[in-house]
Amino acid sequence: MTRRQPIATGSDWNFEILDAFEHEIARLADEYRLDTYPNQIEVITTEQMMDAYASVGMPVGYHHWSFGKQFLAVEQAYRRGQMGLAYELVINSDPCIAYLMEENTLMMQVLVMAHACYGHNSFFKGNYLFRTWTDAPSIVDYLVFARKYISECEERHGVEAVEQLLDACHALQNYGVDRYKRPSPVSAEEESRRQTEREEHLQAQVNMLWRTIPGRPRGDALAGMVDEEDPLGLHGGGRYPPEPQENLLYFIEKNAPLLAPWQREVVRIVRKLAQYFYPQRQTQVMNEGWACFWHYTLMNRLYEEGLVDEGLMLEFLQSHTSVVQQPAFDSPYFSGINPYALGFAIFTDLKRICEAPTQEDREWFPDTAGSDWRETLEFAMRNFKDESFIQQFLSPKVMRDLKLFMVVDDDQEEMLEVAAIHDERGYRRLRDSLSVQYALAVREPNIQVYAADIRGDRSLTLRHVQDGRRPLARSVYPVIRHLHQLWGFPVRLESVEDDEVVRRYHWPLAEEERRE
Amino acid sequence: MTYFIDRRANAKHKSAVNRQRFLDRYRTRIKRSVEEAVNRRSITDMERGEKVSIPARDISEPVFQHGPGGERAIVAPGNKEFVEGDRLRRPGGGGGGDGSGEGSASNQGEGVDEFAFTLSREEFLDFVFDGLELPHLERKNLVDLDEVRQVRAGVSRDGTPARINIVRSMREAQARRIAMRAPIRRALREAVEALAEEERKDPVLRNPARISELKEEIERLEKRLEAVPFIDTYDLRYNNLIDQPQPSSKAVMFCVMDVSGSMTQAHKDIAKRFYLLLYLFLERNYEKVELVFVRHHTAAKEVDEEEFFYSRETGGTIVSSALTLVDEIIEARYPAGQWNLYVAQASDGDNWDDDSVACRKLLVERLMPRLQYFTYVEITPHAHQALWEEYERVEAEYDKRFAMRQIVEAGDIYPVFRELFKRRVAP
Repeated sequence: MTRRQPIATGSDWNFEILDAFEHEIARLADEYRLDTYPNQIEVITTEQMMDAYASVGMPVGYHHWSFGKQFLAVEQAYRRGQMGLAYELVINSDPCIAYLMEENTLMMQVLVMAHACYGHNSFFKGNYLFRTWTDAPSIVDYLVFARKYISECEERHGVEAVEQLLDACHALQNYGVDRYKRPSPVSAEEESRRQTEREEHLQAQVNMLWRTIPGRPRGDALAGMVDEEDPLGLHGGGRYPPEPQENLLYFIEKNAPLLAPWQREVVRIVRKLAQYFYPQRQTQVMNEGWACFWHYTLMNRLYEEGLVDEGLMLEFLQSHTSVVQQPAFDSPYFSGINPYALGFAIFTDLKRICEAPTQEDREWFPDTAGSDWRETLEFAMRNFKDESFIQQFLSPKVMRDLKLFMVVDDDQEEMLEVAAIHDERGYRRLRDSLSVQYALAVREPNIQVYAADIRGDRSLTLRHVQDGRRPLARSVYPVIRHLHQLWGFPVRLESVEDDEVVRRYHWPLAEEERRE
Repeated sequence: MTYFIDRRANAKHKSAVNRQRFLDRYRTRIKRSVEEAVNRRSITDMERGEKVSIPARDISEPVFQHGPGGERAIVAPGNKEFVEGDRLRRPGGGGGGDGSGEGSASNQGEGVDEFAFTLSREEFLDFVFDGLELPHLERKNLVDLDEVRQVRAGVSRDGTPARINIVRSMREAQARRIAMRAPIRRALREAVEALAEEERKDPVLRNPARISELKEEIERLEKRLEAVPFIDTYDLRYNNLIDQPQPSSKAVMFCVMDVSGSMTQAHKDIAKRFYLLLYLFLERNYEKVELVFVRHHTAAKEVDEEEFFYSRETGGTIVSSALTLVDEIIEARYPAGQWNLYVAQASDGDNWDDDSVACRKLLVERLMPRLQYFTYVEITPHAHQALWEEYERVEAEYDKRFAMRQIVEAGDIYPVFRELFKRRVAP
């Protein structure tokens, strides 16, 4: 290969240089058949970056104190030098918006372009969760709609009322998602158009649900027929809802007796945004691993072609190694498994398994070993989430490299037990356990709506299905207080282990409990 | 398809609204921090922000989470010596071990106990005055014109040699020389020409008498030409300076406070805010503001700020002792012609009965004629006493320059200043 002149040397950059690099990266990405949304690369200042961080990267957002808190935290950490803002911030939208901070060096800008604009971007476009759950072209419009709607509510109903409502919704936003049903995509235009219509319809539904006039006595001539005023049989007996509901916010939006129409709409907005972020929470390892794999590959190609010089490459390697570093569990820098490190290791090893499989690989990955690496990686990126990705592709070699081990912590035992290590006997158990560790259903307590007492005191009962006897943290009280605020009537929460209720929480507290 | 957008010029402070919402929400807590800072800082040191910490648990956003306990498996990296079946002691802290991936850490945001951030100067002052909007503290036309300043006012014919304007003087001299020499030169030129004409004639026809007459004339004219002086007293010009009355740019603020046993620390803290507000106002109006602290019980004493606010005294109260001391200090150090004098007095209203009359006399006769403004705050929820009544008489006499107000809590300070600012707006 002919070595060309580097596009630029040193650490200074300008728009022509960025453009030239972007052009080269695009050419290489195309060679690797990376399918991306168009890129919109925005050059911003430090302060704007902190703004962006504070609003989860969203270019527009409604106002809420928690974003202000976030901003102050980021600002403080940045000023103290505890935190680099540099790496990347990229938004799953079409076009895909990525931010470059003006004070970054040339190397950083090139790295961020490779990482965000081609790595993350292609992941957003390809991965099934993102394809199913989010609608990239309309997210920015929807955010604009949400912001406008909420600020109108603030004008009409007062900032405080809206803030309290948002607090309550935020507390439950992780439970604002249907895990298995495919939701309809968010669309701003549609939202505004249908919003009024929906308000009326919703309210009518709720009214019927909470109708206080007792139903006609059963057993008369009409018993066998469908009650015209109660087609769903809501007042006919049995538990409501008939099946437990996992989407708490959706249930609130549709069924809370006392919410005003605008409040239902705000609940809906929080729910829709939670849904938008839902895939990100489930694909952290894959998403970062994929982006790191591609920035590493693309940067090396740039170097091979002589488009960047040794100085830039050394700076890159220094930055890259610190990003994909995994401190050991007993290191002072340890803070859990680094998703960048784990994801990068798995993707890199997957490529190796395709290109240079060992005997072990052939046993573990009979279909994958020796296949075309580019197609295999694409398949892995498109069709998995963290949980299944680890289950499918975590290889013994990666487990050995990271020296993974598994500890069982049982509060009924005095000692912790090392249940598996990176050896022949332990590989599968390690892999299962790590995979479960990334399952959202295990990371977050499994809580569902169990019953709404529509004929009695209107109380709402939730059920928490305990996993390995793990109880809820103390934060359960503030959260059910928020839930009570939305529901308007007493809220109960039962922790269930093996179909037996082991712990009950409720709000409001009875008088004697308050005094304690 | 890629395009670059330079957003650097776009609006900053996108989070300003959210930031303000946060501050409003934790107003009481932040206020407590600010109050501590005010008590710690000097009056002259309010013009900067403040670092504030709030316990993290108070501002956490709760979500459902797993608590400690139960049975769970944790996969961690970096195994060195463990083999399957090893039993380990639980790590300290009793939290049942952490490191369950990022599950537990990420929801809570920062894992710190204190949430610390920095208030800007404006936010800080806003909290100091409990959300009362500070009036626009601009420079205003103050109506005191005793001090004079010399300013240039063209040139004049008289003056001292030190202020001579050389360029202007030389220009005058040159003009005079040109004017004085012109007729002499003309006569000289005519004489020279006449002489030349005479000498061109045939020698027989020459008039020797005429020639010698012309030569004498030329010699005389040349002497006259030389006699024109290069510079003359008429030519001299001096820079002219005149006196112009100037508003004084210096102010002195006397903080007078009763420190008798009946004044508690709470009283003093309120008083401190009162002084602080006046100081902020003065600071924007004058280039230089000096502070004099006078404390008194039965006797008055000039002290530094630290002692003023924080050392404890007991005993009775004689207000006139302080006013006398202020008068003496003005006499000695701050002549009224050069300084704008402000007095701010804080007290709980106690005074020895017969002293109040003396106070009024002192004020009316000695102090008020020289002061820009006198403000008095009485920090008490109780009924007024003799001092207040006497001061009311002073106010009647000097209603434009005397303000008094009863204060029960810090928020009441502000109306005093509203009065002050209202009156001092440019005429």
